[in-house]
Amino acid sequence: MPVAAAPRPPYAPDSEEAPPRKLYRSADGRMLGGVARGLAGHLGVPVIWVRLAFFGLFMWGDGLGVLLYAAFWVFVPLGVGGRSGHRSYFDTLPDGTRRLRKPERGQITALVALCVGAGIFISKVQVGGASGRYVWPLLLVGAGVVLVWRQADNARRAHWNAAAGRHVRLLQTARALAGVALVGVGLTVFIVVRGSAAQLGNVLTATLAVLVGVALLAGPWLIRMTQDLSEERLMRIRAQERAEVAAHVHDSVLHTLTLIQRNAEDSGEVRRLARAQERELRNWLYKPEGTGKDEAEEPTTLAEAVKKTAAEVEDHHGVPIEVVVVGDCPLDEKLAAQMQAAREAMVNAAKYGGEGGPVQVYAEVEGQMVFVSVRDRGPGFDMDAVPDDRMGVRESIIGRMQRNGGTARLRSAPDGGTEVELEMERAAKAA
Amino acid sequence: MTEDSANATTGAAGRQVRVVLVDDHRMFRTGVQAEIGETGRTGVEVVGEAADVDQAVTVITATRPEVVLLDVHLPGGGGVEVLRRCAPLMSAAEDPVRFLALSVSDAAEDVIGVIRGGARGYVTKTITGADLVDSVFRVQDGDAVFSPRLAGFVLDAFASTDAPPVDEDLDRLTQREREVLRLIARGYAYKEIAKQLFISVKTVESHVSAVLRKLQLSNRHELTRWATARRLV
Repeated sequence: MPVAAAPRPPYAPDSEEAPPRKLYRSADGRMLGGVARGLAGHLGVPVIWVRLAFFGLFMWGDGLGVLLYAAFWVFVPLGVGGRSGHRSYFDTLPDGTRRLRKPERGQITALVALCVGAGIFISKVQVGGASGRYVWPLLLVGAGVVLVWRQADNARRAHWNAAAGRHVRLLQTARALAGVALVGVGLTVFIVVRGSAAQLGNVLTATLAVLVGVALLAGPWLIRMTQDLSEERLMRIRAQERAEVAAHVHDSVLHTLTLIQRNAEDSGEVRRLARAQERELRNWLYKPEGTGKDEAEEPTTLAEAVKKTAAEVEDHHGVPIEVVVVGDCPLDEKLAAQMQAAREAMVNAAKYGGEGGPVQVYAEVEGQMVFVSVRDRGPGFDMDAVPDDRMGVRESIIGRMQRNGGTARLRSAPDGGTEVELEMERAAKAA
Repeated sequence: MTEDSANATTGAAGRQVRVVLVDDHRMFRTGVQAEIGETGRTGVEVVGEAADVDQAVTVITATRPEVVLLDVHLPGGGGVEVLRRCAPLMSAAEDPVRFLALSVSDAAEDVIGVIRGGARGYVTKTITGADLVDSVFRVQDGDAVFSPRLAGFVLDAFASTDAPPVDEDLDRLTQREREVLRLIARGYAYKEIAKQLFISVKTVESHVSAVLRKLQLSNRHELTRWATARRLV
């Protein structure tokens, strides 16, 4: 069965303190790249100190702070470590989950500060008129690079959130393009400023030639590398998948088999255990991906409800119940009542008709009607012969269905056995 | 099917059917052998066994059985692949080989897949030996064997394809065929269905065969779409 190869985030990073203290850039509560916060978390000092240190280095170290910061930004991976304890003064507002969409005030101030800083930086560097001409193109290139690198951060973060919609992806592409464009423009301006505007055509041709040459030389190698990478990734996903299966088999199947060995004399118990395990394993194997594989949660659709009810009755009474469901619809109040009636019918069938073979449950959704039939192959019984004080069938099944606007028919099936047919109309809103 | 089977088994006295068992689990093959393979009692003779697709094709071609009990999941391409490679044998004018799918699979596309591939029926591995013998004889007669679960899958498949106005070449089920299928899904035996609908058992059989034919003929595209919509493939 093809497993939908949904790329699961490999080992979701623990938000608890990772045992080896590794330097990460902090993903939340960050102003720019999360460098300062990451460092602060790593060193165990308040984040403001680190920020001040960077700023100081930047102001009086001829822009060294910026260089350092940039280096950290580029080389240190983004992570969730390093945010333990110290919360920034700027970050006291309630933790918005959608930080990605809405830039915080802190981030904006950081950007403004960066611009101002850049201004100062430029004015400092602009000693000679000649070198000053290179500053603007360099800044453009820098901005482009920053844009692209930040984008990589966001991509990684979105990977954790695992909720990158098409919209976000579009935005990311746009940003990447903008970054590349900025770099391109910066380089062009650089060339023009160097006074070789006349030879721009030549330079461009030469550049293109070099690029094509590099692509030709490195292309196959790059392609192979990406292929290897994706193959490696696939293997890892497979290994995880296998580990998950192994874990499940270990937890449930092996456990049950042990129980069966221990209860080998009690054939009823063995059968019950085996049935329950079979059902659970089937459920686990054949349920479509992403519909929640635990049985614990409340069913929301008719098919789930029927299967769950049957499973419970089967476990309780040790009589196999075969379920066939055709179609499906959401469970509403009336259908819930029908389910309760069906449960009662199943219990009766298991109790009184279980000797003749499995109880058969059939549910069908056809248009607005929901039909459930519960059938056993037991001795069958005569409705009129049931004493008046036995309220099970009359109240729990027939009465309940009628109160909720449905019908219940109880009849003896052609070759012995009993069949209960329950019909109910769905609530009108679900068209 | 339960009470029928006793009759069928005794009624089959004197009849002989040669069967090949295709399943990759040796334990299961042994179990089936033990259940049905006592030729004297059941009339079923297991003339060959195979554990994968290649073996199956070789054994079936060599022994030319009347019925093949075919597992859905097999190494080498699954039951569908066996059916594909044995297609000439199935349509042979004399002594056609007939296939009965036998599986633990709960996945509709597995089951419907082998039925579409030409299998004459599908039963689950929880079936009792007597019921299995009965099914083998019915398949040998050219009849279709629908378990309740298969009937449910088929109803589901046809029900959801007629929601949008699909192309006309997709055969629909008639009202009667639908009723018959529904009763099978509810666990009725053919005889009971006949009684219930006031028709003969022969008519029930012909309805079931018609459903099988439609299922095997119906436009492959539609079924793929159905399966895709349910995230089955």
